[in-house]
Amino acid sequence: MSSTVSEQPVRPTRPRFKFSVLGPLLALVLLVLLGAMLNANFLTLGNVMNVVARASSIGVIAIGATFVITSGGLDLSVGSMAAFVAGLTIIIMNAAVPVLGTGLVVVGLGMLAALVVGAAGGAANGILVTAGRIEPFIVTLGTLGIFRALITFLANGGTLNLNFQVADAYGPVYAGNILGVPVPIIVFAVIAIASEVVMRRTKFGRHAAAIGSNEHVARYSAIKVDRVRLLTYVLQGAFVGIATILYVPRFGSANSSTAVLWELQAIAAVIIGGTMLKGGFGRIWGTVVGVIILELIGNILNLQSVISPYLNQAFQGAIIIVAVLLQRSRKVGD
Amino acid sequence: MPLAATAVSKDFAVRVLFDVDLALKAGEVHALIGENGAGKSTLMKILCGYQPPSSGKVLIDGVETVLADSAAAEARGIVLIHQEFNLAEQLSVVANIFLGQEMRRGPFLDTKAMRQRARELLDELETPVEPQQRIADLSVPQRQMVEIAKALARNARVLVMDEPTAVLTARESEVLFKQVARLKAQGVAILYTSHKLDEVKAIADVVTVLRDGRNVITAPAATLSVDDMARHMVGRDVSDLFPPKRTLASSEIVLDVDRLTVPGHVEAASFALRRGEILGFAGLVGSGRTELMEGVVGLRTARGRLTVNGKPTRIRSLQDASRLGLAYLTEDRKGHGLLLDKQMRPNLTLLGLDRFVHGLIDERAEDRALDKAIADFDIRAPDRAVLVGNLSGGNQQKLLLAKTMLVEPDIVIIDEPTRGIDIGTKQQIYGFIDRLAGMGKSIIVISSEMAEVIGLSHRVIVMHAGRIVGELEGAAIGEEAIVRHAMGLEGAGRR
Repeated sequence: MSSTVSEQPVRPTRPRFKFSVLGPLLALVLLVLLGAMLNANFLTLGNVMNVVARASSIGVIAIGATFVITSGGLDLSVGSMAAFVAGLTIIIMNAAVPVLGTGLVVVGLGMLAALVVGAAGGAANGILVTAGRIEPFIVTLGTLGIFRALITFLANGGTLNLNFQVADAYGPVYAGNILGVPVPIIVFAVIAIASEVVMRRTKFGRHAAAIGSNEHVARYSAIKVDRVRLLTYVLQGAFVGIATILYVPRFGSANSSTAVLWELQAIAAVIIGGTMLKGGFGRIWGTVVGVIILELIGNILNLQSVISPYLNQAFQGAIIIVAVLLQRSRKVGD
Repeated sequence: MPLAATAVSKDFAVRVLFDVDLALKAGEVHALIGENGAGKSTLMKILCGYQPPSSGKVLIDGVETVLADSAAAEARGIVLIHQEFNLAEQLSVVANIFLGQEMRRGPFLDTKAMRQRARELLDELETPVEPQQRIADLSVPQRQMVEIAKALARNARVLVMDEPTAVLTARESEVLFKQVARLKAQGVAILYTSHKLDEVKAIADVVTVLRDGRNVITAPAATLSVDDMARHMVGRDVSDLFPPKRTLASSEIVLDVDRLTVPGHVEAASFALRRGEILGFAGLVGSGRTELMEGVVGLRTARGRLTVNGKPTRIRSLQDASRLGLAYLTEDRKGHGLLLDKQMRPNLTLLGLDRFVHGLIDERAEDRALDKAIADFDIRAPDRAVLVGNLSGGNQQKLLLAKTMLVEPDIVIIDEPTRGIDIGTKQQIYGFIDRLAGMGKSIIVISSEMAEVIGLSHRVIVMHAGRIVGELEGAAIGEEAIVRHAMGLEGAGRR
């Protein structure tokens, strides 16, 4: 028998403390306090802006990953895909210079290319998962290898460099600011807010969570399961494109070690933020907090001298494990 | 007396058991009945070591015993068979039977001996299952038999069965009853719960009724009629479990299915549904009733012709069916019906979400819809934030009904409307179904419970082995006629 609650008339919900909700915020506050104690420069506006701006590329990708994971999927290929998109974008822009010059038109073309190539890459993953009926882990593990090989091939084992004049025109997209706020932060914030609304208040967000919670129930509730799934991967790909748009002007180049292990950081951020790895529940603001936590750890390691900054990824890895451990308390009671 | 409880109480947040006495005797079938939430599960769990009592004693062979856990109980020969089986699906039958107490020869498993013993046990139970078969490939009744074999392999002296027949058809239940009689003759004490009172009447020697955590009565089954049991369970008279059947206001046909074939499951099924009618579908589990309906609403690929409200149509997906005003309530409310890890609100509106989207989802409108659903369908939950998985089966079923009715379908197909639900809630659900028919909706009820099909339906269609073999109407609707058709003894199924 399943009755585990006593049967009484329905009462209104009482607010109660939930560790899973406040946990990421608590961790963020602790990190900020720790950073402020270690180094007087930590809480300067300049440092904070710098941290968030650097987090924005992975942040945008992690927001895409939140949709994929919420619907019960997984995309391991985002890092390789970002490198591939960056390389292809640079090639396209360089090739267009003789025709379109070195101005904003070429930059616009590059941005459009990044978005289209990213979305297409995501669509490839999504089609293999939905129409091909292959585990997302396997599909994206495969495309992880493919995209990484393609960027190495495109760069012929070396580095692809963006035409210097084009790089100058493109520069402000990473380094510029509007009313004192760096452009990457604005892009990150706009995407985060829009995604939070999409996740919580639209049919697509609700359906994605339903599919992640129980695919059968979703299908029996007249939800087009494959279409929603595919859409999450396309969205993820498009967001990889946007992340690349922010990334390319930062260095003006791409090579085989571009964006290595970004998938680790993106997935870590999603999980730290309280999204369930097995799907069914996703939280965009949590992911944003997660991304900033990860970036802060790197920042704090750089600002102190006791622990080697080379251990950064060890901390990130450990944090994923702890976050999943804490998620256990959120299971359905039986 | 191999196992007894005296003055057992149990407190969770509230007290759920009050000084309950219960004694099981060797070679006796003891039925434990009561509504959902009456405390049956808790009592069984205490007897089998899954939970300690808050006060009172558990006696084994007359000696007060504190069972540390279920393993301690099993070591004493007390085995609980869960309603949802505890079998490892990817392992073989023999591996499951000996799970945790594998026979060994030196450091290695003695597969040969285990296989032989497993075969002996399965033969004893007249179960045509090979020891090497995987559990995943077995039917539900076969799995049940494996559970029993597993219990016997542990030399069970006391067998506690939690609603073993909830997932079985009448025929499969009979096989089970034969085994129960055999175990009883071997001196095994059996405690048995069920919502099917006629079945309790048939196989139990002693009946104990729990109501609100109290033992209302323990008496020989022979002295209690089915009506007596029901009255003790709910504390009121439930003789009119089914509302009186309404006379059909029109003979207008709203759904006409012409030679629908669902490959592998259903062969050329034709039937028609009239406005305001309740049409029953009877037959054995596996006779293709569910598959036929899933074919009708586009959940399975099907060939054949469909006419809805006089217009020939094709339904390729559930979305098509919804647009045409057809809705299907699954028999598997936990696996296919509701998101157990979500609250009531997103569950309620999942099917009809379009009605709440004006650019964005209107959460206030959703809340109002939930208020209305709670009132209309008498859904009882501790609070609105409760996860649906923590609701009782009856309340889950009411929520599933509310979810489906939110899209205002004209044709409602309900698969097993009251499976695993207590009698009080059953009565309520029958009332809902009757009211829907009164509102001019047309309803198809698939049920393995004979009384339900007979008590609700204007007409009954019987399926056997993927074919429609008979149609009964009015006074011709009777248990014997349905059974004869369902077994393929009569009608088109006869060979």
